[in-house]
Amino acid sequence: MPQTLFEKVWSQHAVRQLPTGQTQLYIGLHLVHEVTSPQAFDMLRLRGWRVRAPHRTFATVDHIVPTASQARPFADLMAEQMAQSLERNCRDHNIPLFDLASGRQGIVHVIGPELGLTQPGMTIACGDSHTSTHGAFGALAFGIGTSQVRDVLASQCMAMTPVKVRRIEVRGLLAPGVYAKDVVLTIIQRLGIEGGVGYAYEYAGDTISRMSMDERMTICNMSIEGGARFGYVNPDDVTADYLEGRPYAPTAAEFPAARARWKALASDAGAVYDDVFSLDASTISPTVTWGTNPGQSVGVADRLPGSADVDSLAFMGLSPNQPIAGTKIDVAFIGSCTNGRLSDLREAARVIAGRKVAPGVRALVVPGSQAVRAAAESEGLHEIFRSAGFDWRDAGCSMCLAMNPDRLHGREICASSSNRNFKGRQGSPTGRTLLMSPAMVAAAAIQGAVVDVRTMLGVMA
Amino acid sequence: MTDSRIITVVGRGVVLRGPDIDTDRIIPARFLKTVTFNGLEQNVFADDRQALKAAGERHPFDRPEFSGASVLLVNKNFGCGSSREHAPQALWRWGIRAVIAESFAEIFASNSLMLGLPCLSVTEHDMQDMMKLVDADPAVGISVDIAQDGITIGAHSWPTTIPAHTKDALTSGHWDGAALLLDRYDEVEATASRLPY
Repeated sequence: MPQTLFEKVWSQHAVRQLPTGQTQLYIGLHLVHEVTSPQAFDMLRLRGWRVRAPHRTFATVDHIVPTASQARPFADLMAEQMAQSLERNCRDHNIPLFDLASGRQGIVHVIGPELGLTQPGMTIACGDSHTSTHGAFGALAFGIGTSQVRDVLASQCMAMTPVKVRRIEVRGLLAPGVYAKDVVLTIIQRLGIEGGVGYAYEYAGDTISRMSMDERMTICNMSIEGGARFGYVNPDDVTADYLEGRPYAPTAAEFPAARARWKALASDAGAVYDDVFSLDASTISPTVTWGTNPGQSVGVADRLPGSADVDSLAFMGLSPNQPIAGTKIDVAFIGSCTNGRLSDLREAARVIAGRKVAPGVRALVVPGSQAVRAAAESEGLHEIFRSAGFDWRDAGCSMCLAMNPDRLHGREICASSSNRNFKGRQGSPTGRTLLMSPAMVAAAAIQGAVVDVRTMLGVMA
Repeated sequence: MTDSRIITVVGRGVVLRGPDIDTDRIIPARFLKTVTFNGLEQNVFADDRQALKAAGERHPFDRPEFSGASVLLVNKNFGCGSSREHAPQALWRWGIRAVIAESFAEIFASNSLMLGLPCLSVTEHDMQDMMKLVDADPAVGISVDIAQDGITIGAHSWPTTIPAHTKDALTSGHWDGAALLLDRYDEVEATASRLPY
């Protein structure tokens, strides 16, 4: 009987049915960071348990790290304590830690794929909702809470209930200046921020097939913003080509067999889906959020809905039916697990080259990892950003959630390549976030206001 | 051994209106900069409470008539966003022992179960009625019956829904499932050994 990738990977990792009716699911890869793990390690100690599979567990420090100066001890003593706590826990339990000195540190959802830890057919858990990112490789990857981190540390298993699968078919060519970010914001706008609850999203169609792994990761990353705990893309040669030669990927001798095995995991023709949603890529334009959740977005040339939510509008200081273009910004942020990869920085640099950040705008680029930063520097991207007036920072989560010193002040408005525009998300309780692609953030930084990036790329708008 | 079964929750209610209340609102990220969960209750809804205070109003969690409440009544998609367990932890430490909503975000609901915090759903229409009743009489007694799928407020009752496994885990006392996952570990090792990676 034809199966979806979800069904194939799930059944391969199902240990048994628990008395509660849930499935005991084996976790192939557990990624750990400093914010959601200290309490889990404490609970482990309290119960006298050990980490069951340290060879399937990897850690990094990303959420709290400063990006302007990473000298230890950190100026923020609480951040320093969290880093030390992770270091001690990893040491005590023999868990590899990609720390600031490793050259491999970065946002957990950037370094997993980059190091080849993330592979097709795995079950991947991490105490972070954007773990869905790793689904881009055809893995079942999902966010968990701290007590579940404890369970995975102790047993390498989770108690889970299978979800339904919605196939999201995206067909057609994206116009120049339109990116994966615009596709996923459009999907969330159409299906709603609660539409994915109880589903895994399988992203398919020729538009997705043509996408690079970076782009697929952007799409899968934001599945959770549509309510879906899992998002995935079926593995193909693009997936395997990306992984070939990476540090933790199968060796050259093993690789041909791995490639064949991975491709066989793709959903079978004739697999039955619980729902199918189709989207014509050619209708998508650069997309900007206007509200306080990621489903509240419009095309850059459009006006806010007349029926826009009153509470969101009041918070944002925007009016129904007003154009989104021209909205003044104070801060421009390029980075995050959604859009902090090399191709994101390249697209932003293309817009910025030879231009200057508008007076009064604070602009920063925070690469997703130390490796992304090094690669960008070897291409000279940092010079483009710096000469335009951007701050070129060290790797971390930074202003996506402002657990480090990078944050909004007062009611500042930020054009942001991150994933959440929730009230207070970027560190100021009254700060405002406009989500968009990195190229659109770059354009807004130059203009000092939301603008259609296509007018700056020399393509039709 | 203590009895971990959670079959009913009895107490007073607190009404919090609005759809899509995300976990950044329940507990803003800056309060996650800690290595324990202790004290999170002090900052539950910190920004929303401060914003209302600045406007000369009071958040339900600051209103004296709701002080001591243990049943939280909310609207749809409660707990969307981040996977931070700090959100249900903060609510639980504030004194919440059951959350009744039109619907829940998935990770929030699964984190809540890990703490033994029941999340039960009711229809939008029923929630409107319940909120009106509790707003009109905050002292009214509420009884949430997890085993029987119902909630009673004063003289009125409504049906609730809860996923079968959640109900089973709460009423059997197996909501802290770590021990179950370590049981019969030879089966886990057999599964792991069959994996191609």
